[in-house]
Amino acid sequence: MGSINLKQVTKSFGDVNVIKPLDLAIKNGEFIVFVGPSGCGKSTLLRMIAGLEDTTSGTIEIDGQDATNMPPAQRGLAMVFQSYALYPHMSVRANIAFPLKRAKVDPKVIDEKIAAAAKILNLTDYLDRKPGQLSGGQRQRVAIGRAIVRQPSAFLFDEPLSNLDASLRVNMRLEISELHKSLATTMIYVTHDQVEAMTMADRIAVFNGGIIEQVGTPMELYQKPINRFVAGFIGSPKMNFIDVSPKHGDPTHSLGVRPEHLKVTTEKGLWRGTVGVVEHLGSETFLHVNVEGVGTLTIKDHGDCTLQYGDTVNLTAPKNKILHFDANGQTIASLSWQ
Amino acid sequence: MNKQNSQASKLIYTLLAWIIGGLIFFPIFWTLLTSFKTEAEAISASPSLFMFDWTLQNYIDVLARSPYFDHFWNSVVISFGSSLVGLLIAVPAAWSMAFVQNKRTKNLLMWMLSTKMLPPVGVLVPIYLLFRDFGLLDTQLGLVIVMTLINLPIMVWMLYTYFKEIPNEILEAARMDGASIGEEIFHVLLPIALPGIASTLLLNIILAWNEAFWTLILTAANAAPLTAFIASYSSPEGLFYAKLSAASAMAIAPILILGWFSQKQLVRGLSFGAVK
Ligand SMILES: Nc1ncnc2c1ncn2[C@@H]1O[C@H](COP(=O)(O)OP(=O)(O)OP(=O)(O)O)[C@@H](O)[C@H]1O
Ligand SMILES: [Mg+2]
Repeated sequence: MGSINLKQVTKSFGDVNVIKPLDLAIKNGEFIVFVGPSGCGKSTLLRMIAGLEDTTSGTIEIDGQDATNMPPAQRGLAMVFQSYALYPHMSVRANIAFPLKRAKVDPKVIDEKIAAAAKILNLTDYLDRKPGQLSGGQRQRVAIGRAIVRQPSAFLFDEPLSNLDASLRVNMRLEISELHKSLATTMIYVTHDQVEAMTMADRIAVFNGGIIEQVGTPMELYQKPINRFVAGFIGSPKMNFIDVSPKHGDPTHSLGVRPEHLKVTTEKGLWRGTVGVVEHLGSETFLHVNVEGVGTLTIKDHGDCTLQYGDTVNLTAPKNKILHFDANGQTIASLSWQ
Repeated sequence: MNKQNSQASKLIYTLLAWIIGGLIFFPIFWTLLTSFKTEAEAISASPSLFMFDWTLQNYIDVLARSPYFDHFWNSVVISFGSSLVGLLIAVPAAWSMAFVQNKRTKNLLMWMLSTKMLPPVGVLVPIYLLFRDFGLLDTQLGLVIVMTLINLPIMVWMLYTYFKEIPNEILEAARMDGASIGEEIFHVLLPIALPGIASTLLLNIILAWNEAFWTLILTAANAAPLTAFIASYSSPEGLFYAKLSAASAMAIAPILILGWFSQKQLVRGLSFGAVK
């Protein structure tokens, strides 16, 4: 239980059209990630699904039922907010019990559920503390605990990890992934973070200006982005784009090559340039090479790269890793992946 | 150099605070002193600060001459009653203004507040006539109603500013958790906003306690609060400074004590936005 079907939904704030007519079918048990630049409407759509924002037109179906005008509580969804949104005056125990009390669950059952959730989330020792006495990661876990005890048909996460420091983020990422595996409940997850999107998602939806550019598995988006926007958005460091002057009979306006597919070569190669900034990360090296007439290309090389500022290098890439885009920025499939 | 500077400025600020505090307190202090003087000393051209014959006679006279405790009870009913009734109306109003905003909310708030800028005499006649026709003149109920209406804009405004400080996401979380609007307000909003609500309540009790325009006009004998009790000592028979002072001291004492004990709460509530 937990399929969500968006049909031609739109959202306007006054005259501003934030969500353009949009269709999306989220399957039961799926982990779907919304990514996209700031202000493209990810949170708005999530809040519309939650029922916290009303839908201007179109329908939202949850488990086959029209939920477009249902109040949030009746939709059977749980949301984890970026700010955690814990009740500051209640203990951890009371925070987690809150949704159960609202649902008039038997107090004995509530205690059992709290104990079970606390065990999964390592919160057993903190049940009597107030949120103010917890670390960011613990607060996040309380917010998740409050969400799971209700056994919702889907979880909605709006950038839940963005307030945590880098190492904690990695841990929580794994915990949420594990939670998804064990609960097998639908999760919709909004993030800015490439790594979160790629590693956690069953499918990723790439948003841009109120529309979804492409939906697919992480590898589909990485290997076969349908346009320049998706190609540039998925992958880190960003894909290199090279403008070319269209030749007769060839609609290619630009090429796209991922940094990890560019190779330094002693042969003639495709491009020739001088090494600019060299970034050593230990396990890998990012080279920024200035190519005349093309611009700066980023290359992801192995860790023990010895090239230095000012060196002249030849660059090449396997033909089947070079994407071709037409005048509208659409990927030309016949030239890009044979 | 810097340290000396900051110490010097600290000294100046402390001094300034004491001077301002002294200026504000002086009239009350003088009233208290006068209340222990004889009438002759009270109007003496060269009043002495402490070197006079201390007497409790004024208090005895005042208590004998007028029913202090009746007035006191009226003050309690009017100030607490109007503040509590006001709160019942102001909480939902402020909730909707803070969390269900639209383009006109700000204007509505400003309009409500602007009624406080109107001189009360402007509505004297209509209110007086309404009171007369509804038989509310000189009743506690009438005064509770009028005080509620008068302080409502301030209550809504204060609560609105406290509520604005509460992140919307916490209330949305409650909504997701299945709380009804009532549960959302009672279990989440009110407990979080408690310091602000307490100081709103206290401030309005104090304002209503001290209000001396409507209470004087709309009451006679039955519902007259302590403000009317004080006023009765500036009577046609001439001013009795010492007795007036004793009456004033007895009228402000309860609210002074209340203010003293709730000081912390008041300051915390009034600076809610600043420290959060
Ligand atoms: N209540 C509102 N009233 C008017 N405009 C709004 C409102 N909420 C959001 N918007 C606008 O809608 C657009 C989408 O906002 P939204 O919060 O969904 O973006 P987002 O994709 O979540 O961005 P971010 O990644 O920065 O969180 C933005 O341009 C924003 O200014
Ligand atoms: Mg957002």
